[in-house]
Parts: sequence; C-alpha cells; structure tokens
Amino acid sequence: MNIHDKYKPLTFWEKLYLPAIISGLWLTSMHFFRNLTLHILRALRLRKTADGAVTIQYPEFLRPLFPRLRTMHRLTKRDDGTPRCVACMMCETVCPAKCIYIIADEKLENPEIEKMPESFDIDLGLCIFCGYCVEACPVDAIRMDTGILEISNLTRKGMVLDMETMLNLEPMQDRYVKYTKEGEIVSQEYLKQDLSK
Amino acid sequence: MPKITIDSTEIEVEKGTTVIQAAEQIGIDIPRYCYHPGLSIVGVCRICLVEIERMPKLQVACYTPVADGMVVHTNNEKVQQARRAVLEFLLINHPLDCPVCDQAGECWLQNFYMQHGLYDSKMVEDKVKKQKALPIGPNVMLDSERCILCTRCVRFCDEITETHELGIFNRGDHTELLPYPGQELDNKYSGNTIDICPVGALTDKDFRFRTRVWYLTETPSVCPGCSTGCNINVHHNDHRPYKAGGIRVSRLKPRYNPDVNQWWMCDEGRYGFTQVDADSRIVAPQKKTRGDWQLLSWQDAIDEIATKIKGILKKHGADAFGVILSPQMTNEGLFAAKRFFQETLEVENIDFEVVAREKGYADDFLMKADKNPNSEGAKKIGLSAVDNSGLEVAQMLADAKDNRLKALYICHHNLEKGFKKEEVKEALSKVDLVIFQGTNQNSTSNLANYCLPSASFVEKDGTFTNFAGRVQEIHKAVEPLGESKPDWTIFRNLSKRLGKSMPYFEAGDVFNALAEEVDAFKGLSYEKIGEHGVLLNGHRASTEKEMGALVA
Repeated sequence: MNIHDKYKPLTFWEKLYLPAIISGLWLTSMHFFRNLTLHILRALRLRKTADGAVTIQYPEFLRPLFPRLRTMHRLTKRDDGTPRCVACMMCETVCPAKCIYIIADEKLENPEIEKMPESFDIDLGLCIFCGYCVEACPVDAIRMDTGILEISNLTRKGMVLDMETMLNLEPMQDRYVKYTKEGEIVSQEYLKQDLSK
Repeated sequence: MPKITIDSTEIEVEKGTTVIQAAEQIGIDIPRYCYHPGLSIVGVCRICLVEIERMPKLQVACYTPVADGMVVHTNNEKVQQARRAVLEFLLINHPLDCPVCDQAGECWLQNFYMQHGLYDSKMVEDKVKKQKALPIGPNVMLDSERCILCTRCVRFCDEITETHELGIFNRGDHTELLPYPGQELDNKYSGNTIDICPVGALTDKDFRFRTRVWYLTETPSVCPGCSTGCNINVHHNDHRPYKAGGIRVSRLKPRYNPDVNQWWMCDEGRYGFTQVDADSRIVAPQKKTRGDWQLLSWQDAIDEIATKIKGILKKHGADAFGVILSPQMTNEGLFAAKRFFQETLEVENIDFEVVAREKGYADDFLMKADKNPNSEGAKKIGLSAVDNSGLEVAQMLADAKDNRLKALYICHHNLEKGFKKEEVKEALSKVDLVIFQGTNQNSTSNLANYCLPSASFVEKDGTFTNFAGRVQEIHKAVEPLGESKPDWTIFRNLSKRLGKSMPYFEAGDVFNALAEEVDAFKGLSYEKIGEHGVLLNGHRASTEKEMGALVA
C-alpha cells in the first residue's frame, strides 16, 4: 500500500459508513463465535483437533523461548573466573545503537592476557538487541542467551548493565519452559544440556 | 636521466632512484615494511618484490636502482603470488592477537593481508613463543612475537638519533628485536620508533589500551612544545568521549614536512599535550574575592575588567599599566593584543619575553631551548619592550614592587619560571589589578584578581611562526573546554567594550589584517599558508645540505 493512499478521498461506498461498521462487526463476531464453539466442543471432548485461540496467563506461565532468541546479554568467564573479554572493543565498534561502553585495563602480571576490561557497561535503554556484539566477539565473551526479557527499571541509569552483573548471569535453561495446554509444565531433556559448552 | 616503464606508464627519474620511489612518483603504491624514505635501505622484508623484465628472478623494488629501459610489473600474477608467499612467511610466528593489539586498525600486516594476502593458513606447528609486553624504555613497549624484523627502529636509533640502543639478536625463527644488554630505549626521540613500526611490535605506553585507533580523528596542527614548530597530527577521540577518563586528545603524531621536521618529532613534544585535558584548566572567567575564586559570566567579567582598566588608566595613566604577552599565543592572539593594548588603551609597557631560569634542553636536531612556539612571531609583530619603548618584564616587576605599577595583564606565563617565587609574589601583591589570561592555572594565576580562560592549541585555529620564520597553521581539533575562548576573541571583546571594535570574526581575518599591517608578514594571507607553512619575508628556506645534516 502506498502511504499516500490514506489521503485519498473516500468513495461513495465508504461514505455510507454502515457497511464498513457491519463488516467490522462481522469479523469480530466470527472469531468470537468460532472460538466459543471450539472451546465448548473441546470441553465436552467432542473434538480434539482444531484449537481455539488461547490466552497465556503471563507471568505465571511463560512462552517457550527458542535457542537462538536474543535476550539480555551476559559475559562469559574463563576457568579462573575472570572475564573472557579482552576489551578489543569490536562489539563496541559494531554496535549500531552505541550502547556498549568499555574501558580497557592493562594486566602486565599476566602477559598471556595483557588486556582486560576495567568496566563493561551496556545501556539496555539504547540496545536494540540486534546481536551484532555476539557476532563480532572474537573470543566468545559476550552472549545473549540469558532468557531474560523482562527488562525494566525506574531510572535510565538503572537500565545500564555493568560487568559484575553480566558476569554473574547464567544461560537460560530454566527459562526454557514447555507446558501443556492445561498449564502443566513439561521439562525438556534436551534443553537441560549445558549451553556454555 | 633513466627512463623506465612501470605498469605500462613511462617515467623519467633521477639517476639513483629506486624502483619503489619511481613508482611512488606516478602514484603506484608498492607494499613495504622495511623501506622508509627517511632511513637507509636494507631490503629485508621482501614484500616489495616486483617483476623486472629480462631479470631472472623477482627483485626488491626498494633496493633496485632504476636503469634506462627497465620495464617493471608491480601487480601481475607472479608478483601477487610472491607477495602472498612473503606475507605467509612473515605471519608464520605472528601471534595474531589483533584484538588486544593497539596497532590493529593501522597495522600494515592487516592492511597487506587484506590487499595482497587472503590465503588460508597452512601452519599447523606451534608458533615460536617470545616475550610479550616488555617495557624497553620509558615510552615504548615491545612485543617480540609481533615483530617482523624489518629493522626500521634499529636503523632509526643508528642513523637518526645515533644512540644505538636496539639490535637484532639470535638466529632463525628465534631472531628477536631487543635493546642491547643493559640499555634501554630512552633517547629523546624514542617515540618515533613506535610511529615507524609497521606492526604492533612497538606500542606507546602512554597510548596503550586507552582507545582504539579507529575511534580517532586526526587534525593537522603544529607542536607548541618548542620554537622548532614540528608539524603534527592531533589524534582526538570525538566518537567515544568516555574513553581514558574523558581525555579528548589521545596522542600526537608527527606529520611530514620536508622543511621542518621531516617524519619525526621529539618525545617532549609528543607527550607534552597533557595540559590540554588537565584538571588545572581554567574553564570559566573567575574573580578572586577575599581569597576565594568566584565564577563569572563572560559578560560580567568583561564589564568588570573594562571598568577597572578604565579607572586605572584615568587615575594613574598608561605608564601604570603593564602587559606581559606570551610567545605561547598564536600570531592572531598577539596581533589582537597589540591592537587592543596599543591602540585602544594606548599602553606602552608591553613585553612578552620571560627568560626561563632553567635553560631548556636543546640539541642539533629538532629540540630547541626556547620552549615557546611563537617567539619569532611575537618579535616580528613588534611586541618586545624595545619596539614599544616600554618596560621589560623584569622592570615591570621591579616597578610593581615600588608601587608604581597599578595594573598588570599577564598572558599564559608562569612568572616563577623566570623569576624567584618571593619576588613574583611580592610584586603582584602590590598591584591593584592583576588579570591572568591563560589555559591552565599556575602559581601566577593564583596571584591574580581575575582569570580569563583561553583556548588551548588544539581548540583554536591560528598560526605560529617558528624559529626560522616559517608561519604554520594550527587547526581546531576539539571544542574549547568550558567557556574558554581563543586569545584574539577575548581581546576583541574587551576592545569592543572599551570603545573600539575590531572587525574580526575568525582567525583568518586577524591574520589577514596582520599581514597588511606588519612588514614581515606583508604579502601573506591565511589562505596561502598551506599544509607546510610559508616563510616570512626576509627568511630563506633551509638548504638541502642543512636538512641533510639533520638526518645525518
């Protein structure tokens, strides 16, 4: 549709007004009665296929998340618990929202590592969850697999994730909830595997 | 003169020119690591291999002098293959730690790999481990693993500084660049080894890990560290201001100027820009009331100062007014000051020279004892005491001590560098009105009644005149800090408030007015200066022989 279409003058049929209202009501009621019928049939166990529309009782029940979904960031650790990040600033460079702030630090005592982040902040208020940072990272230090989607805060400052928080986040296995239509939670074995490996 | 054909372009060049230089003249860029126009030629890196017809093998372009009738191919299949092979050899033991390497982004290994390499590594053996992050001097950090042994730094220390600190040790794939035992790379020009290092083997301790090079913007400028006026590029971080504690200027790099500094600059100048982002910067006009500094708006400051100046001139006459300008100021600042003090206020006591008690380090290469960038300009504009038949700085202070001087306008100087601390303190305490205009607080500014913030050399446009009478431009790289303004703007505003307006809107206007009025600058214009500067009337360019002596 051309965006200018909405400035087109109304046709006679549209100006009559009632036909449009009736067709709108028809659409709504069609879905209403269809769902009503399907739910009743299902409740009476007369029909097992063709489900009616379902409302999920969030947050008591959560939708299943897919493994490749990009959610809140976390930083991975080395075996000794230090951040894997080498502060190369690739993610910071590639970030289209410019929401990553890294300040590098020199670690002369360990020439094998040499460079480490002194601070690593992500402003989730700016982040667009594109996942470029994960793609750009040469050492697999940043991932977006925490499964945390509920990101809110009362202040803008509170939206900034710091290094400490991100290092302590875990991958999302337990957010991987699958449930039956009755709301029973079914755990998925394949989701229990350690995603950090 | 031999005539050669490079990639089907014919060119006639001087005898003794090498192929790489001849190619450069027609705009063909042959990759190189060890070749540097300022150093001797060794031909060790082998990346510049080209095919020359009727020669049995590929030849190194940097070391092969041209001969009449030579036909050179710089980019055919055979050459490309050879380059790829050379690059593969150079990278065999390279650690490929680009993410943590400061050179990444300006690394010639990265560049040439992308241009000429693009092979898949066949190396399956373990890489040879060498020392990483080894400080080899006060400014330089060495990473032996990244070194490709081009020996540029070794030749720099042998040929330019003649200090011979660095050498190549061991054999085979264990060959390593190191300082000679018991020595460290601590000569006054050691920073240049970092510039000429084509890879990340030598990195700058000062710059290390502060930011990444692709965040930096460069602005051509002139080093304000001494009267040589080395051409520099100011690398400033506009894109990520939160890096390195918010410093805006990340580093200075020399800029090629064949008549001044060629490719080099000294460490004193290179690391001498810290005052630009220092805590001591004066960021707003301020006034001392009962020992405390109180911030003012520019409007109030200019009003108050103008009223006080007027009062003093009326009551005590122009003889009771002293002006100490500074050779740290640009020609524009000095000229606006001259017009303001001489024409608007009709003051005669103007001087700029405060001879430092401790003589600055000087050598026969780039460093001069006079640590001001514009002494020659101030002299030429006619601001020394002799030109104005006024008092010299020392006499002003003596007069102040005897209560004869009622007002003193000091620009940029720290008078303690030229006079004893008690002397300055005693003299300034007896002057009714002391105005300090400068970039940073110092012990003189602390004794003033008013402080006016002036923009530093990276925050304004303007020109400096170096010791040889070469006028060179500086450019605004970052916005002036806080409320600071270029010196000439402050004088223009003061002058307007005191009844005489100056029609200047940008530095070029001031310079063009200066060129009209001052003999030495006659015939110059701001537009004519260009990237390498122009000489003042009555000055000659250094001869080739003199410049030759510079590079030894």
